[in-house]
Amino acid sequence: MLFLIMITVKDAVSALMNAPKMQSRWCWRRNDMTDNPMEKMSVVEGSYATAHAVKICRPNVISAYPITPQTHIVEDLSQFIADGEIDNCEFITIESEFSALSALVGASAAGARTYSSTSSQGLELMHEVVFNVSGMRLPTVMTVVNRAVSAPISIWNDHQDSISQRDTGWIQLYAENSQEISDLTPLAYKVAEDKDVMLPAMVCMDGFILSHVFEPVVLLEQDLTDKYLPPYRPEHILDTKNPKTFGSFADPSVYTEFRYMQQMGMDIALKKIEKAADEFARIFGRDHGGLIDTYRADDAEILLMAMGSVVGTIKDVIDEARSDGIKVGLLKIRSFRPFPVEAVRKTLADAAVILVLDKNISIGLNEGSLCTEVKSCLYNTDNNTPVMGFMLGHGGRDIPKGTIHRIIGKGQQVVKSGIKVENEFVDLRGDLI
Amino acid sequence: MSRLAPGHRGCPGCCDAMAANFVLEAAGDDIIVVSPTGCLEVMTTPYPESAWEVPWIHSLFENTASVAAGIESALKALGRKGNTKIIGLAGDGATMDIGTLGLSGAFERGHDITYVCIDNEAYMNTGVQRSGGTPYDASTTTSPVGKESFGNRTQKKNMPAIMAAHGAPYVTTTSISYPKDMMRKVKKAVDIEGPCYIHAHAPCSTGWRFESSRTVEIGKLAVETALWPLYEIEYSEITGVKKIKNKKPVEEYLKAQGRFKHLFTKEGGEKEIVKIQEIADWNVKHYGLE
Repeated sequence: MLFLIMITVKDAVSALMNAPKMQSRWCWRRNDMTDNPMEKMSVVEGSYATAHAVKICRPNVISAYPITPQTHIVEDLSQFIADGEIDNCEFITIESEFSALSALVGASAAGARTYSSTSSQGLELMHEVVFNVSGMRLPTVMTVVNRAVSAPISIWNDHQDSISQRDTGWIQLYAENSQEISDLTPLAYKVAEDKDVMLPAMVCMDGFILSHVFEPVVLLEQDLTDKYLPPYRPEHILDTKNPKTFGSFADPSVYTEFRYMQQMGMDIALKKIEKAADEFARIFGRDHGGLIDTYRADDAEILLMAMGSVVGTIKDVIDEARSDGIKVGLLKIRSFRPFPVEAVRKTLADAAVILVLDKNISIGLNEGSLCTEVKSCLYNTDNNTPVMGFMLGHGGRDIPKGTIHRIIGKGQQVVKSGIKVENEFVDLRGDLI
Repeated sequence: MSRLAPGHRGCPGCCDAMAANFVLEAAGDDIIVVSPTGCLEVMTTPYPESAWEVPWIHSLFENTASVAAGIESALKALGRKGNTKIIGLAGDGATMDIGTLGLSGAFERGHDITYVCIDNEAYMNTGVQRSGGTPYDASTTTSPVGKESFGNRTQKKNMPAIMAAHGAPYVTTTSISYPKDMMRKVKKAVDIEGPCYIHAHAPCSTGWRFESSRTVEIGKLAVETALWPLYEIEYSEITGVKKIKNKKPVEEYLKAQGRFKHLFTKEGGEKEIVKIQEIADWNVKHYGLE
C-alpha cells in the first residue's frame, strides 16, 4: 500500500521551498503573511493531509465507503481509529455511499459531528441523500475528491461530480493545494455548524493532482484547532428525554419556506466564510483568502477565473506572462456555493476580458458552470466585459502551462477585436472526433 | 398512555397505526424511532404536527436501517447509548425492495437496532403497486388481473430467511392480529443486544380490499391457513413456532379479500387456488406448524 511518508527532514522541505519555480505556488497569501516555518512542515499525501485534518476536528461519527473510486482518506482514518487516535468517535465501515451519507443523517440528528468522503460515482450514488441532508439542516462535512463521472469510466480528475450537486443546498469549497484542503476542513465545520447557517459542506479537492500527490504541509495543530473550532452543540437533537420529530412531510402550504430558509442560511454563510477565514488566518497564520482569492489581479486587463489545483499552474503562467508585459491576473473561487456574487463583481470591475476555466460542462449549453455563474453575476450591471469560457481538463487531461498561455493569447485577441466565440473546448484531439 | 398520539391521519382499521402502537407499547420510552417515506410517515407527521411522543426521524424511502445505524453509532460515540434502543419501523417495500442494501449492511455490521417490517404486501401509500412482499396471484395496480394474468406471478420474498442468514441474534415473524405475540417479540428484541428483525404481517383494508372492521380477522385467517407462519429464529436456528390447531383451507383467507376475488370468478381460478394451498402446505411442513 502506498502509505504515508512523513519527511520532516528540514533540508528536503527547504529545497522545495527555495526552488525558484515553486515560489509562486507559495505566494497565495492575501496579506503577505510570513512563510510557514519549515520545521513545522511535513511532506504528506493530500489524502493524508485531509484525514489528519478530519482527525484534528474531533468527529464523532465517520461513515464512509472506500471505493467508487478509492482514495486513501478512508484508509488513513481507519488507521487513526485502529491506533486509538480519535477519542469519542465511531467509524462505520459501511456498504455503500448511499448508506454512508444516510448513516450521517441519523448520527448528525443525534448530535454527532459527522464526516464522510467520496468521489465521482460515489457522490452520484449519494445524490438523493445529498439533497436530504441539506433540507434537514444537518451540518455534515464531506470531502469530495473530484473525479470524472462515467461513461466512459474514468478515475481521473475533473469537476463534473461536485458540480452536478451544485443545487443541493450544500456549501461547496474548492482547494488549490493540500495545505488548503487541510485548512478548509475546520473552516467547513465552523461555518456549517454555525447556528445561523446549519447547512452541510463539501470540501472539494482534485483527484490524483491533490489526493495522491505529496506536498509539504503544516498539519493542523490540535491546540490551535480546538481554539478555532468549538465542540458541536446543536439546538435540536434526537433525545429520549426531550422527544422531537425530524423529517416531517410538508404540503404545498409550507414547503416553499423550507427552501427559502436554506437560501437564507447560504446568505449568512457568505459572511461567515469570510469571518471564519479571517479568524483562521489570525490563529494559524495562514491566509488562503475568503470566499475568493486573487493573484496579481489589481491592474489586470486579462482576468482568469478558475477553481481547484489548476490555480497553481495559472499563477506560474501569470508570472511568466507578466514578465512579458502582459497585464494578466487571477480570480480564484474558493466558495462556489454560496456563490460570492458581490466579491466577484467587485474583482471583475476593471478587467477588459474575463476568461473562465471550467473542468466541467453543462452538456447541451456548451458551457462550464463557473462561466455561467460569472455571466449571471454581471448581467443587470454596468459591467459589459466580454466573458469567454474554456472547458478543459476533463477526465484528467493534463493542463500544461502552454495551454494557459494560449488561453491568455485568446484573451488578448478578444481585447483587440471583440468576442467571436463564447465557449470552447480546449486541446481537443481532432483525430478522435 | 399511547406513545402514538390520537388524531393522526391513518385510515379506519389501519394496520400501520396498530403495529406502531404495539411496538411503542412493548418497547417503552427509551427508544428512538426511524421510519422511511410511506403511509406511517405521511399520516403521523404533516408539518407542523406530529403524533410521535418519542424521538422520531424520517430521512428517505430506502435508508431506514442506515439512519438507525448512524444514530446508534452517534449515541455510542457521545456516551449516551445506555439502554436506548433504535427501532426501525418500515413497510415491506422499504424493507424488502428498495431498502435491502442498507438493511443487510446494518445487520452484517451488528448494530444494536431492532428493525420491524410492517408487511402489508404492496406499496399502499402510492396506490397499491406490487412489492417483493406481494403474495402469489394478488392483484395490484402493477400486477393486475387481465386476460392473460391471475395477478402477481411470484411468491413473497422470504425476507426473514434472508435476515436470519446474517446470523442475527433474533429474527421473528408476527402479525398485528396477535398483539400479545407481537409485543412479546418486540420486548424480547429490544432486550437483546445486536440487530434484531421482526417481520409483522399487516392486513391493509385499502389495498387488500376488505371492510375496515375486519383487519384483525383477516390477519388471523392468514395465520390459521398457514399462509403466514409465526416462528422465531435465534442465530439462524428456529427456536419457536406457533402451532395451528385447526388449520383452515386457503380459500377462507382468499375469498375475504378483493385482491384475490378473481380466483373465484375467472376461469382457471381453481387451479391457482390449488397452487396457493401448496404454498400453505409447504409452510406447514417446513416450519412444523401442526
